[in-house]
Amino acid sequence: MIDKSLRWIDDRLGIAKGGRTFLDKIFPDHWSFMLGEIALYSFVVLLATGVFLSLYYIPSANEIVYHGSYLPLHGQRVSEAYASSVSLSFDVKSGLLMRQAHHWAADIFLGSIAVHMARVFFTGAFRKPREFNWIVGVSMLILGIVNGFLGYSLPDDLVSGTGIRIAFSIVESIPLVGSYLAFFLFGGNYPGNGVIIPRFYILHILIVPLLIMVLLGAHLGLLVKQKHTQFKGKGKTEHNVVGSPMFPTFMAKTTGFLFMSTAAIFLLGGFAQINPIWQFGQYEPFQISYAVQPDWYMGWLDGAARIMPSWEWVGWGHTIPLEVFLPAVIFPGIIFNILILWPFIESRHTKDLAYHNLLDRPRDRPKRTAAGAAMLMLLGMTFFASSTDVMANFLELPLKSVLWFFRFAVIIAPIIAYFITYKICNEMRAAEGIGKRKRAQVVLRSSTGEYTTVDSEPRPGDGYEELEAIPVPTYIDLVPPELVTGAGVRRVMR
Amino acid sequence: MSDESPRVEEPLAPIALDDPHLQPFAKHPEGAQAVAAIAMVVGFVGFIGFGVAYWIGNDSQWQALTLGVGLLALGFGVTAWGKYLMPQGPFVEERHDFHSTEAERDAMTAAVVERGGMVVKRRKLLGGLLALGSATMGVVLLFPLVRSLGPKPGNTLFETNWKTGSRLVTVDGREVRADDLEVDGVLTVFPKGFQGSSPDQVILIRLAKTLQPLQPPGRTEWGVLGYVAYSKMCTHLGCPVGLYQRQTQQLVCPCHQSIFDVRAGAIPQFGPAPRPLPQLPITVDSAGLLRASGGFDQAVGPGFWERP
Repeated sequence: MIDKSLRWIDDRLGIAKGGRTFLDKIFPDHWSFMLGEIALYSFVVLLATGVFLSLYYIPSANEIVYHGSYLPLHGQRVSEAYASSVSLSFDVKSGLLMRQAHHWAADIFLGSIAVHMARVFFTGAFRKPREFNWIVGVSMLILGIVNGFLGYSLPDDLVSGTGIRIAFSIVESIPLVGSYLAFFLFGGNYPGNGVIIPRFYILHILIVPLLIMVLLGAHLGLLVKQKHTQFKGKGKTEHNVVGSPMFPTFMAKTTGFLFMSTAAIFLLGGFAQINPIWQFGQYEPFQISYAVQPDWYMGWLDGAARIMPSWEWVGWGHTIPLEVFLPAVIFPGIIFNILILWPFIESRHTKDLAYHNLLDRPRDRPKRTAAGAAMLMLLGMTFFASSTDVMANFLELPLKSVLWFFRFAVIIAPIIAYFITYKICNEMRAAEGIGKRKRAQVVLRSSTGEYTTVDSEPRPGDGYEELEAIPVPTYIDLVPPELVTGAGVRRVMR
Repeated sequence: MSDESPRVEEPLAPIALDDPHLQPFAKHPEGAQAVAAIAMVVGFVGFIGFGVAYWIGNDSQWQALTLGVGLLALGFGVTAWGKYLMPQGPFVEERHDFHSTEAERDAMTAAVVERGGMVVKRRKLLGGLLALGSATMGVVLLFPLVRSLGPKPGNTLFETNWKTGSRLVTVDGREVRADDLEVDGVLTVFPKGFQGSSPDQVILIRLAKTLQPLQPPGRTEWGVLGYVAYSKMCTHLGCPVGLYQRQTQQLVCPCHQSIFDVRAGAIPQFGPAPRPLPQLPITVDSAGLLRASGGFDQAVGPGFWERP
C-alpha cells in the first residue's frame, strides 16, 4: 500500500532519490543542538495558540461597556480590544490557558533563540559556509522581538498602553523624519485616531509571522543543504557528519521533544500567571502604575533608556532628543549590526577563509569567547538596569545610587568580563586533558603479588562514542548480498 | 533537496542483524520498552483527563496539569523509544564542499557579465528607460503606502486645548474649586470638554504657601493659593508623571525614574528627562473655580526635531 502510493507520487514528482537521501540525513547527537528545536517548537505553539486567540480577540479601540463575568470591571467603559482580551480569558473555555500559554511561548521562543544563538556563536558554527544562516537567524530574532512587542500591546491594558506611548516617543525622537513617521504610524498625534490597535494586529498576526515563517523555511532549508556542524570526536572530520539518521531515530526523538516542550509551555501557562490584564485595567493615557517593566526581551532597551543621561541637543531651531535617540534607536542599531556582521568581522580579523564543519570548544577561541562574554555582560547590565526602581525598593538603597551603579557598570563590567574570560580560556587550554572524561584505573594484583593497572570498562554513554561510525544507508536494507543488483541499487525484501 | 553527493558509489556491504550498530542503545531493551510503554499509557490517561477537565469545568490549572502530564509523558515515551530502542549507530554521512568547478563558475560569470553586458551596452537607451520607469514606480508607490497612513504633524505637537480661561476639570468633567485640595493634594485635570485627552493632561498640586517663592522668575503669578499645574506628560518618553513625593515636593516618572522639582518650576533633578515639565499658568475666578490664565508656552511631552 505504502509502496504503491510512493510509486504513484514518484512517477509524477520523482521524489524517491531525494526523499531517501532526506530520510538518511544524519543529525549529530549533542544536547546543545536541541536549543534551536525549542525555538522551533515554541513557534509551533505560538501559531496554534495564536490562531485560537484570533478567533475571540477584537482589534478595535471602540469604547463599550464591559459586561463579562469579571465582576470588578462591570459597567466600566473599556475598549473592545481590552474587553475581548478579558472575555477570552474568563468567558471562553480554555481561553485563559491558551492566552497564558501564548504569552509564555513568546517569552520562551525569544529565550531559546538567544541561547541557541549563544551556542552558535561560542562554538563558531556561524563560520563559512554558514554566514547566510547566521544572518537569517539574527533577522528572526529581531522580528521575534518586534512581534513580541506588538503582541503584548494588543490587549490595550494599562501596562502595554504605556509601552505603546513610549514607542511613539521613540519614533518621534528620530531626527528630521521622526514626528512624520510617528504620525503616519499612529494616524495622528498620540494616541492616534484609533488605528494603532488594528494596525498592530495585522502586523502581529499576519505580516511579521509570515516573514518569520519564510525565514524559518530558509533557516531549515540551509541547514539541510549545508548539513549540521558537529563537535570534534572519534571519526568526525570536516568532511562527514556522524550521528543518528533522520528516520526513524531523530524523528522519534524530536517528536518526543516537541511534546515535552509543548508540555512545559502549557504547564507554565496554567500554573504561572503572566500578564494579568484584568488587574492592570484599561489603558488611559493619563494613568500609570508603579514598576512598569516590559517583557524580558525588551528589558535591555528599557534599561538603556533609564541609565542614559539627559543629553538633549538643541540648536539652529531644532532639537535632537539624544537622551532617547541614542539608547533606543542607535544602541539597538549598533548591537544588531554587530550581530549580523559578526561572521565577517571575525573572518577579517582571523583571515580564515576555510570551510568549517567542526565546532570550536569556546576555550580554544579565547578572543571570540571573551568578546561574546563582554556582549552578554553589556546586555545583561542594561537588562538589570530596567529594574532600578524595583531594586532600590528591594535593597532599600537610594534610587540615585542604584542608577549611578548601573551607569558605570554597563561600561566597566563588559571590560572586566572580557579580560576574565580571556584569562580563563587560556588557563583552560594550558591544562592537559581538560574536558575529557577520565577512565577509571582498575588496580589488579596477580597471584605472584605483582600490581598492574588497566583501564576500566567505558561508561555506558562513552561506549557508544567509541564505536566506529558506518555509512548511513546500510542498516535500513537488511538484505542478503545476492539481492544486490548493482552499484547502489538494492531491492527491498518483501 | 538537491544533494548531489554520490552517496553510494559502490555496493555497500550488507550488514548483519547482530552488528553492534543495529543494537538498541539500551542494555536491557525489554526494560526500556516497559518504561516507554508506561510513559505512553500515562500520556494517554493525561489526555483523557484533559477531556474530562474540559467538560466538567473551566479550571485552567486542571486543564494545564492534565494536558501537560499527557504531553510530557507521551513525549518522554517517544523520546525513550527513539533514544534507547532504535538502532544506536553511529552512522556517518559524507559531505562535500559547495562550490562548483572552476569551469562551471567561469561559465556562470560569462553568462551574467558577457551576455548581460553585451545586451545592456548595445541598448543603453532601453536600459536607462527601464531604470527610470522602475525608480519612478518605486517613488510613487510610496505615496499610498506611506503618505495615506496619517496626517502630517503640522503644528499639532505644539498645540494643546488649554486656552486662557479654560476651566480645570477632573476626568469625570467635575470643575475643580479652589478649596478642593488639601495642602500636598494631587489631582489630574483637563481643560473642560477635553477630559481624558493625552496631550492636555495636567497634574495639579497644592503646595504649602511658604514654598511659593521658589517659582522661577517671571512665573510667580502662575500659581495661585499654593496651587501649581504642570503638564503630566514626561519630557523623556511621554509617560504620565504620576508619582508625587510629598516630603520632597518631587514628581517622579514611574517609567524611567526622572525626578522633577515641583517647587522650582519642575526642573529635572535626576534621570534621563532633559527639560522641565511645561507649567500651566492658573488663576482662580470670582466663583472660586480654577481656570487657566493662558496656554502652555511650549510643546508638551518628549522632544522631537521640529522643537526649537
